[in-house]
Amino acid sequence: MGLAGYLVVSTLLFGIGAFGFLARRNAILMLICIELMLNAVNLSLVAFNAYLPVSANAGGVFALMIMAVAAAEATVGLALVIAIIRTRQTPEVDEYSDLKE
Amino acid sequence: MVLFVLLAIGVVGGGLAVVTLRNIIHSAIAMMVCFGSLAGMYLLLGAAIVAAAQVLIYLGAISVLILFAIMLTQAGDANIPAPFHRQVWAAALVALVAVLVIGWAATTTNWGDGLQVTAIAIGQIAQSLFTVYALPFELVSLLLLAAIIGAIYLARRPEDDERAN
Repeated sequence: MGLAGYLVVSTLLFGIGAFGFLARRNAILMLICIELMLNAVNLSLVAFNAYLPVSANAGGVFALMIMAVAAAEATVGLALVIAIIRTRQTPEVDEYSDLKE
Repeated sequence: MVLFVLLAIGVVGGGLAVVTLRNIIHSAIAMMVCFGSLAGMYLLLGAAIVAAAQVLIYLGAISVLILFAIMLTQAGDANIPAPFHRQVWAAALVALVAVLVIGWAATTTNWGDGLQVTAIAIGQIAQSLFTVYALPFELVSLLLLAAIIGAIYLARRPEDDERAN
């Protein structure tokens, strides 16, 4: 257990998020998977902060920063997704093929 | 230890449910389970302020935002399309290799004798947030402002432009 246990959980969550981002077709679900990956990084940062000697609580502070950046990313990402679903009438990303030819 | 195992099951099981469930509403609920378990993990790690922020920002704000986006874009429940691309096996392979390599590095590294959790005092966080990390803190506020303006601009309906002109 200890630090390695938390790092393994964080790694698994990151892998799940990466798999979902690459494999799922729904644009909103891809955004959810980005959130999962950001949360995995947050968990590893807080775990490092708790178990290793760090100056000025860098892990905790940067976990909070990442949360703020994730909120900004979710806002802009969902606005983009809603805009493209409004014009294309579908959330499936492999049907956005206008630039393909 | 028991608590850690339960929370780990919540985090990993919630994540797996997010990527495998066909209905996207169910995925969003599983995402909330995953984020809630993560807040518990932050409490175990002695980071109460991060756990509180997790509940407020992820469970409160981002989950509701995503649920609203799903409601705005759901085209009836007539037929749920296939959830995965054709390249699902390649994606699984990439994710598996990444997990194995990072997990190998994380488990074989010697992390010293650090087996004792040192809790973060909230006063210390505030102290470092406004002294050492004052510049990133202000930059984050600027980023949030830019994100709000960008989201309003992007999500506006095109008809509104014509009416304004």
